Amino acid sequence: MLPKADFQSWLKELSGQFDIFGPKENGKGSVDWQRLEGGELPDLAPGVPKGSIKTFFFPQPETLLEFSARPKQEDAFRLKEPKETDNPRLLVGVRPCDARSVVLNSMPYEQDPYFQRRRQSVVLVGFACSQGCSTCFCTWTGGSPVGTEGLDLMVFVLEEGLYVESVTEKGERLLEGASTQRQPNDSELQAVQKIRQSAPSGLPEAMEPAPRLKEKDLMALYNAPFWQELSDSCINCGTCTFLCPTCYCFDIQDETLKGKGRRIRYWDSCMFPLFTLHASGHNPRGEKVKRVRNRFMHKLKYFPERFGPLSCVGCGRCVRDCPVNIDIRQVMKELLAI
Amino acid sequence: MNPYLPYPARIDDIVVETEDGNLKTFRLVLENEEERSRWNHVPGQFAMLSIAGKGEIPIGIASSPTEKGHLLFTVNRAGVVTTALHKMNVGDPIGVRGPLGNGFPVDTELRGKNIVIIAGGFAFTTLRATLIYMLENRKDYGKITVVYGARTPGMLLYKDELKAWQERDDLDVHITVDREAPGWTGLVGFVPTIAGQVKPSPENGAALICGPPIMIKFTMPPLEEVGWTDDQVYLSLENRMKCGLGVCGHCNVGPVYVCKDGPVFTRAQVQKLPVEF
Amino acid sequence: MSTMNQKITEELRQKARQLLESGQVAAFLGYTSGSVPMVMRPFVARNPEDADRLEWNSFCVLNLANYLPALLKSFEPPRRPNEPPPEGPLPKVGVVATGCWSRNMVVQVQENQVQRERLVIVGVSSRGMVDKKKVLRIIENRDVNSVDEQDNTLVVKGPGFEEEINRWDVVRDNCKTCIHPDPVIFDDMIGELHGDRQIPDRFRQVEEVEALSPEDRWKWFTSEIESCIRCYACRNACPLCYCPTCFVDDSRPQWVGKSIEPVDTAIFHILRAYHCAGRCTDCGSCESACPMGIRMRILTKKLQKDVLELYGAEAGMSIQEPLPLTTYKKDDPQDFILTESLKGEKK
Repeated sequence: MLPKADFQSWLKELSGQFDIFGPKENGKGSVDWQRLEGGELPDLAPGVPKGSIKTFFFPQPETLLEFSARPKQEDAFRLKEPKETDNPRLLVGVRPCDARSVVLNSMPYEQDPYFQRRRQSVVLVGFACSQGCSTCFCTWTGGSPVGTEGLDLMVFVLEEGLYVESVTEKGERLLEGASTQRQPNDSELQAVQKIRQSAPSGLPEAMEPAPRLKEKDLMALYNAPFWQELSDSCINCGTCTFLCPTCYCFDIQDETLKGKGRRIRYWDSCMFPLFTLHASGHNPRGEKVKRVRNRFMHKLKYFPERFGPLSCVGCGRCVRDCPVNIDIRQVMKELLAI
Repeated sequence: MNPYLPYPARIDDIVVETEDGNLKTFRLVLENEEERSRWNHVPGQFAMLSIAGKGEIPIGIASSPTEKGHLLFTVNRAGVVTTALHKMNVGDPIGVRGPLGNGFPVDTELRGKNIVIIAGGFAFTTLRATLIYMLENRKDYGKITVVYGARTPGMLLYKDELKAWQERDDLDVHITVDREAPGWTGLVGFVPTIAGQVKPSPENGAALICGPPIMIKFTMPPLEEVGWTDDQVYLSLENRMKCGLGVCGHCNVGPVYVCKDGPVFTRAQVQKLPVEF
Repeated sequence: MSTMNQKITEELRQKARQLLESGQVAAFLGYTSGSVPMVMRPFVARNPEDADRLEWNSFCVLNLANYLPALLKSFEPPRRPNEPPPEGPLPKVGVVATGCWSRNMVVQVQENQVQRERLVIVGVSSRGMVDKKKVLRIIENRDVNSVDEQDNTLVVKGPGFEEEINRWDVVRDNCKTCIHPDPVIFDDMIGELHGDRQIPDRFRQVEEVEALSPEDRWKWFTSEIESCIRCYACRNACPLCYCPTCFVDDSRPQWVGKSIEPVDTAIFHILRAYHCAGRCTDCGSCESACPMGIRMRILTKKLQKDVLELYGAEAGMSIQEPLPLTTYKKDDPQDFILTESLKGEKK
């Protein structure tokens, strides 16, 4: 248990060891991930910040390989691994849904050394949600507002201060450094219990979307008639894919400038028509309805078939920021009804 | 182990395969001896050829694992990277990432079967690897039939090897061209037509078909007519790839990734997928 | 519920239903409400029953002209890219249009993206659309459960609060400076035409930036686009951006890098603004669609001002008027070609 000021001085101490990031007002009217200096506390309105934390595990652009582009050099055009330059990072103010997204993303990225390296070095300090918002639906996807999946430390914000719980060994070791912490008293523990219990407990097992969608016939979902109307309004931008914590598709490009080259990876979106374009000109998903359908089918059917959970944590960013109000919750309902 | 880091290699030889110059076979040699001796692939697999500064392309491995010490890739000039590759010379550096994909099940389901290889145009590359592998292990397979066609005689790949194969008596080879051509004394007709004429028996058979989707579409009816079923037919799909590892999301066809779960699928598996390839 | 909006909604539904029932149009393009407050969903009504789902309010912010070329094409028999369109009358599409949307339709006709005969335009004079981001700023980004629009106010309700906001306070920047709220072409009209508005300082936002020094201007620009995630919502919401392959997507040659490197993002925004010069009607869809709150409209507004000053032209006012940047007139100002010393002796 740490009073606010002590939590801040603990953060300040940690900022000697880590680059600390947290949600902060960005001057453009929204709260987004920024560097927190000198023990600053994150801005924690109910709900999630504008962007997700995938940018810390899977930044864009990320240099995969480097090479020299000077033909006279002996190792010209030989691809090499870049040197490590990032300081270790600590993210404070991570909502349980965002933390869970890291666990979900590491399933397809199991063999990816760049992602795994960051996963080992980034510390996640989560803040439990005592209040949801109208676009949150984490319990539909198997998450919880007080869930600890993916976190190293979990914080409950109480009136008296911050109740900090360690989830992993890494978190435990860091917490030991908070020298002014004390044990919580009974009323504080009760307050934490209250937050835990007031969280919606999730849908009863029989209602869970993931196993139900897994059972349904793929082609029946694929050929459902509602896709056309859904895709009528879509403008095929990348807003949903880039703000989504569990969208992980990327593209790889080589860039050269003044004799130095790098192979970078950056976020790509299956909403863009170019995503599936072959060099021959053939485009399997050239039509808008195919792309819209594919995105939802991937998140709600193909991913669960391969890995188990839905590729969605219910953070609601896509619902909040889609320019034409396409709502994944409505898609889920439509698919479940088939 | 970084799966994005290619093995350094050099171009050892370049052969122009077709009369229009758009198809070249590159013989590559991996530079590190350890990587060279460790390399082992299954026919049907592909590798990512990496040209620093331009990008990467997924190309089927045209050489069989029994051809040691080098790798063959037959590349069609289509986009940015392939155009750059076609401009390269013997001795130029190149990267190879692989082997990727699943390959034909030559050591499992295909053993002991009567193999029918049907290919059109420049899709014959991985089937060359498969055929040579099977010929090196001849007693593991039954009858082997090959039907291969191209638009014109000049567009056929591996012309010298085709001639040698036609002369073998443990192999039934039918080479065809789409239309009559001066100097051509072989078969004339589209691949599906010739396949229909050959009428390979489905008994204990496995068909490996590679070609443009339209060729596959028209090849199935004559085979089905003589009793071939969908799980006896193996197809190699193509799709836009980037990582080759099943992560970047570009090559998915429904729930499967062509680079990781494929590119070889049975026709039965393909029938269950949405037509997005 | 705003009575003005209600009247427009009812008339719109009636007209759309009638057009669909009579078979005059194959579909009617409008808006319907979605699942979150303050965002309306563009909607294609394909049957008379669908017409009852059409709705009109002050949150219809995206330019419907954006959807027209693809929608019209979807009703044509499929053909290869090089084949000419088939002979004979093709199915028509009905659409509701305010001033700027109708002007974009004019530009689309002038640029051969859409044929005038295939559109049945139901015009509505605009009172200005509301900017959802401005509302959120006033209520300090709290969660919103519902927004009840009255004729001149908005009642915003959320957990633990209810606030009444003056509508004009939250109308979009481009609507506040709009001088052409009436549709310039239409086949039918809902309500009256209100005539052009007089706004003496409608380029004020642009002039404020113009007044800055070059260094400060660059600082303003780079800080404005700093949060860009290259989602291309601005480009995709814009009815002018219909190139089959956008310049950011080209690979031979590759003009612009695709990641969020500041240089590449800056090139994207600057070049996109230039591609809209002389064609942009300041409909504000780009800014409304942007999830990050970037005000890229100020760039296109600057170019709008330049074209007005240099050539006296405004985009999309009439189909017969030539497009300013693809038409040459002998008396076009040429200050930027001739240097100072040659000004007196034009060759």
